Amino acid sequence: MEHAEEQGHVVPYRTLVKVWLLLLILTAVLVFVSTAFHEALSVAALLTLTPLKAGLVFFYFMHLKYERPFLKAMVFMVLGVLILFIGLTFLDISYR
Amino acid sequence: MSTAPAHAHPVHKDYQGAKFGMWLFLFTEILLFGGLFLLYSIYRSMYPIDFHNGGKHLNVIIGVANTVILLTSSLTVAVAITAIQKGNKKLTLACLGVTIVFALMFLANKYIEWSAEIRHGIYPNGPELLKMPNGEKIFYGLYYSMTGLHGLHVLAGIIALLITLDFVRRDKITGTDFNKLENVGLYWHLVDVIWIFLLPLLYLAA
Repeated sequence: MEHAEEQGHVVPYRTLVKVWLLLLILTAVLVFVSTAFHEALSVAALLTLTPLKAGLVFFYFMHLKYERPFLKAMVFMVLGVLILFIGLTFLDISYR
Repeated sequence: MSTAPAHAHPVHKDYQGAKFGMWLFLFTEILLFGGLFLLYSIYRSMYPIDFHNGGKHLNVIIGVANTVILLTSSLTVAVAITAIQKGNKKLTLACLGVTIVFALMFLANKYIEWSAEIRHGIYPNGPELLKMPNGEKIFYGLYYSMTGLHGLHVLAGIIALLITLDFVRRDKITGTDFNKLENVGLYWHLVDVIWIFLLPLLYLAA
């Protein structure tokens, strides 16, 4: 029991299949929106649905939901640094 | 073969440390691809029309098919981990096998896609590419580097999955010691996440 706890949470098959179905549905929505609608809407879909899909993979498939707060904080820090770099670079090029 | 009981010589396993080490490696991967995503977003903001036209020539069907393949292969890896935790070795082996088949299908699609583009003269210094405006040249440069680097990761993933499959078969990975499988799973999911971003950036750019 002690060992099982240390080795992490057992994610039920049902949860994994549900997440997979949700990922497929989100992909279908993303493809539909970007082919059928105006560019502004497809960029909005790209910026919302894509991180949502990545989040589902991170939280359920990669077990991040069941990890310690420390590891979660590290992941958010790395993503934060990446977003910060992208933001700063955009600030730089847009005021040249 | 040792007959000593396991508790006589306990093998030190730092499970949390091993997993954390894998995550640290994934962070470097995120920043590696992040650099390419940064380049992509800047050049797209500089050449929006060229990127739009570049995306038009890509095969959306193959891009979406590969997305479905990778998402499903992520599911099979995640199921393999749950299966080993529940002590179901057969299901673990089957899931890992299916994952490898999906990964090979992904690369086969990539081969079909790249050969078609190369036939049309779209490759570095290719006749069609040289006729294109600068933004489109950059788009294809990024397309080849991003999908190429990602493809190399898929190839590395196949090798890692094959080794893991053999470990499970030889009971080196078991229901009480499955950290290797979990770490390979983490790597494979990250390869999937990167593709999740590549699909809208490249294939749905039009």
